[in-house]
Amino acid sequence: MRITCPICGERDRREFYYQGAAVALDRPAPDAGPQAWDDYVHLRDNPAGRTCDLWFHEMGCGAWIVVERDTVTHEVYSTELAEKAAR
Amino acid sequence: MVKLVAKAPCEGLLPFSYGTVSLSEVTYDSLTSVAPFVGKSKAVADVFKAAGTPMPAVGRATGKDGQRAIWFGRGQVLLAGLTIEGLEGLAAATDQSDAWAVVRLEGENADAILARLIPLDLDKGVFKRGHTARTQVQHMMASITRTGVQTFEIIVMRSMARTLVHELEVVMKAVAARH
Ligand SMILES: [Zn+2]
Repeated sequence: MRITCPICGERDRREFYYQGAAVALDRPAPDAGPQAWDDYVHLRDNPAGRTCDLWFHEMGCGAWIVVERDTVTHEVYSTELAEKAAR
Repeated sequence: MVKLVAKAPCEGLLPFSYGTVSLSEVTYDSLTSVAPFVGKSKAVADVFKAAGTPMPAVGRATGKDGQRAIWFGRGQVLLAGLTIEGLEGLAAATDQSDAWAVVRLEGENADAILARLIPLDLDKGVFKRGHTARTQVQHMMASITRTGVQTFEIIVMRSMARTLVHELEVVMKAVAARH
């Protein structure tokens, strides 16, 4: 598997650390209530198909990257710096 | 007053050579990371330019032997053997002189040696002189800079110095045996 770091270019998967679903970029408001926070902290979808994950270019430039990929076909659709996706 | 003598990270380990390739330690007087504050990249680049060493773009190194500015990751440049004044308020400059081990791999087949250790295309048509990358040497995070046709400077955390030398020596012997 190859992942294109928006800074470094296409790199071997070994250089990356997998963090999980990209929910951290969609943090509820402090007063959103226990249900929203319970969702945010504990509940994850487990899609067969398109999903957005956070990957860390740990052995490379140190960027956090949102990777949109397919869990069934392993196709990578797009990658974007998390700092941009969060805006 | 007692004068303390600095011990180089690879002291007692280098230099050595096998076949056409040699491995030696590079000792820079200082290593300083420079991380521009948000919105200050242009101002920092101007300071670099005025100091005579252009700010390196992503994946590039500027300067010359003994005095380099090396792109060192997202929003970060490593000044090696170089000090640049006037960065106050523009960037976080952090002394890292004792934190890294720097070695030079040099000679014909140096690229063939690194090809066995690094998951990156180091062909001289792709990874040219003055190009640099953050990547891994086996399991160690590293900075690799091509400083000549068959010359590379490799930087790893100081605590990994002995492991780096070991990994390189094993491969240097293997490649020398095949040529
Ligand atoms: Zn990267």
